Amino acid sequence: MLRTEEMLLNVGPQHPSTHGVFRLVLKIDGEIIKEAKPVIGYLHRGTEKLAEDLQYTQIIPYTDRMDYVSAMTNNYVLCHAVETMMDIKVPERAEYLRVIAMELGRVASHLVWWGTYLLDLGATSPLLYAFREREMIINLLNELSGARLTFNYMRVGGVKWDAPEGWIEKVAEFIPYMREQLKGYHTLVTGNEIFLNRVKGIGKYTKEEAINFSLSGANLRCTGVKWDLRKNEPYSIYDRFDFDVPVQDGGDAWARYQVRLAEIEESLKILEQACEQFPAEGDILAKVPKIIKAPKGEAFVRIESPRGEIGCYIASDGKKEPYRLKFRRPSFYNLQILPKLLEGESIANLISILGAVDIILGEVDG
Amino acid sequence: MSGEKDLEQQKKEAAAKAKAAALAKMKAKEQGEAKEESPAEDMDLAKQKAAAAAKAKAAALAKMKAKEQGEAKEESPAEDMDLAKQKAAAAAKAKAAALAKQKAKEQGEAKEESPAEDLDIAKQKAAAAAKAKAAAAAKAKAAAQAKQAAGAGDGDDDDEKAKAIAAAKAKAAAAAKAKAAAQAKQAGGAGGDDEKAKAIAAAKAKAAAAAKAKLAAGGAGADDEKAKAIAAAKAKAAAAAAAKAKAAGGKADAEPAEEKKPSVNQPYLDKYVKVINENLGSDVLEDYYINNLSKDVPTLIVKADYYYKLAEFLKYNEQLGFDYLSELHGTDYETHMEVYVHLFSYKNTQSVALKVKIDRNEPTIDSLQPLWEGANWPECEAYDLLGIKFKNHPNLHRIMLGEEWVGYPLRKDYEPYDVEV
Repeated sequence: MLRTEEMLLNVGPQHPSTHGVFRLVLKIDGEIIKEAKPVIGYLHRGTEKLAEDLQYTQIIPYTDRMDYVSAMTNNYVLCHAVETMMDIKVPERAEYLRVIAMELGRVASHLVWWGTYLLDLGATSPLLYAFREREMIINLLNELSGARLTFNYMRVGGVKWDAPEGWIEKVAEFIPYMREQLKGYHTLVTGNEIFLNRVKGIGKYTKEEAINFSLSGANLRCTGVKWDLRKNEPYSIYDRFDFDVPVQDGGDAWARYQVRLAEIEESLKILEQACEQFPAEGDILAKVPKIIKAPKGEAFVRIESPRGEIGCYIASDGKKEPYRLKFRRPSFYNLQILPKLLEGESIANLISILGAVDIILGEVDG
Repeated sequence: MSGEKDLEQQKKEAAAKAKAAALAKMKAKEQGEAKEESPAEDMDLAKQKAAAAAKAKAAALAKMKAKEQGEAKEESPAEDMDLAKQKAAAAAKAKAAALAKQKAKEQGEAKEESPAEDLDIAKQKAAAAAKAKAAAAAKAKAAAQAKQAAGAGDGDDDDEKAKAIAAAKAKAAAAAKAKAAAQAKQAGGAGGDDEKAKAIAAAKAKAAAAAKAKLAAGGAGADDEKAKAIAAAKAKAAAAAAAKAKAAGGKADAEPAEEKKPSVNQPYLDKYVKVINENLGSDVLEDYYINNLSKDVPTLIVKADYYYKLAEFLKYNEQLGFDYLSELHGTDYETHMEVYVHLFSYKNTQSVALKVKIDRNEPTIDSLQPLWEGANWPECEAYDLLGIKFKNHPNLHRIMLGEEWVGYPLRKDYEPYDVEV
């Protein structure tokens, strides 16, 4: 037997498969990971501190930069928190615009995940397909909000812009197209044996562990917990739509993959219904005071982002700026389980496991 | 494109309908009928109609009076105010006038029937105007409220409107009072009694209305509330709210009612508190309440010494079973630090907020990491940004800023450290 020696290996912070600036310090024995220590904070911008000097509307652009792959849900969670405190009823048309924007964002977000995850695993072309479809969504959202990624679209009480002429029709046209492409994705990747070998049984955890580690979103639903805040604690107008909450029992990367792809389909269902029900006219902004002041007190709301449960806590002293603002960022919570998953795994699986968690570093670091 | 045109057309049609309806309303009102089955779906239409009707009425009456007095009537002050104010103002004056009349009658002065020949002209005008408005406002109010109620899309608008009305009323009342005072001076002795009667009536009305007005106003801001209190004149606020509630039978009265009745989560809170008191003793909790601002989440404030014990209990007790830590963070309240924990039970699908106050000079509290692994990083974050130390945490470190960072940025007294300064 050869004598083996423990070695330290640094992964990141600049590494393509860490999806941003994320660093892992690995203690390895040969190819086996003995211990993994995540190092985060490279992208910490102090959003919560900055927010204490900003009015609520001014904070919205900052939320775009947390989960920059799905900024609409971030916009929403802040507005939703303030609306909850102030008891503002959002006009119906605005709610529909919000839901359509958020679900488009969810599809786009899952597409980015799908493309980059497969790229991590060595498949180059899926990324191109995924980004082709994502580009269409981004164009749609660009038409709606005037920005491709940092939308700054929602406002307390509604949305900033009404849908341009013919926009809803464009969204409706995109739905069948996306469904068709999704079939192609499955043909291309889902049954691929090499792919299956890289994901099946990898990064496995149980339902109890998932709950204990505060995982949410697809990371939780892959263990058989049928829980989706859109369904179980409906906010906005999600109770009007007929959609399913996809779950898998495997608890491994393969289960997470299946859940996310199924979620694209469910989002398309919601989009379809929202386009059908879209009110022909109406306000897009509730009657809110010019200067928004949340009442004295505190509120914590949580909604379902593509990455899991995103929450917003506001403590207000009745002024126009929040006294304390805190975001419950799903990527931050979801990443905690990583050291546990990596222990005893080979380095090759590290990329697969990390990729399957689906983190956005802007969100991890706040 | 064609869809857009259809829209335009629909809008035009809707506008035409609204106009037609408004005309119909006006006519109906002139005949003294307060219609209920307004087809108007949206508030603005309803308001417009109501306002139009009210103005028409007021103008008509005012003209009549003016003729009697041979004087050109002052134009309605309502025109430049916004609709809500118009209504409110008209209502306020109507109410004041009505009350004054009652008082006057009680005192044996049958002023209102006669055009008040013995008073001076200013007074005549005032009285006439008040009467005209009283009549118009009463009708307008009834109609508007009926419409609002019928067409009400949502409770919030009602609420806002109620506030707006209350505020407007406050102003109207103040104005009315000022006028009354001025008139009283002008009118001299004879008028004085009348004015006094009015004042008394108004005062009484205020007292009665104040309580109601507050209730109706609900979550209005402090300013609004003050305005309301003053406005109390607003017997109207109360009357309006009541009328609305009656007419609406729906949203308008649902809201105040909701505030009175306990939250749907009250039974859960009671249960938590009961179980905790039974098992851990009654001195564990500092306070507990339903947080109405936060989707009615049951909130427990625990004494720092019992924080870990209670958290453990919340997680493992059969009846509570909060197996999921949704959120943990700290806040610097300057007088103390606070840790906020949001727990959720997948078994019972119930949430609870757990808060603990800790000493700001020595912010130390037990770590929840041994109970929920998910508390690991959030506690590191709270330590990093606020300097709260979590006892028994396996790896408490400055997760975002790094160990070299000076100070805790989320503290309110934080000054960025700069080597060059």
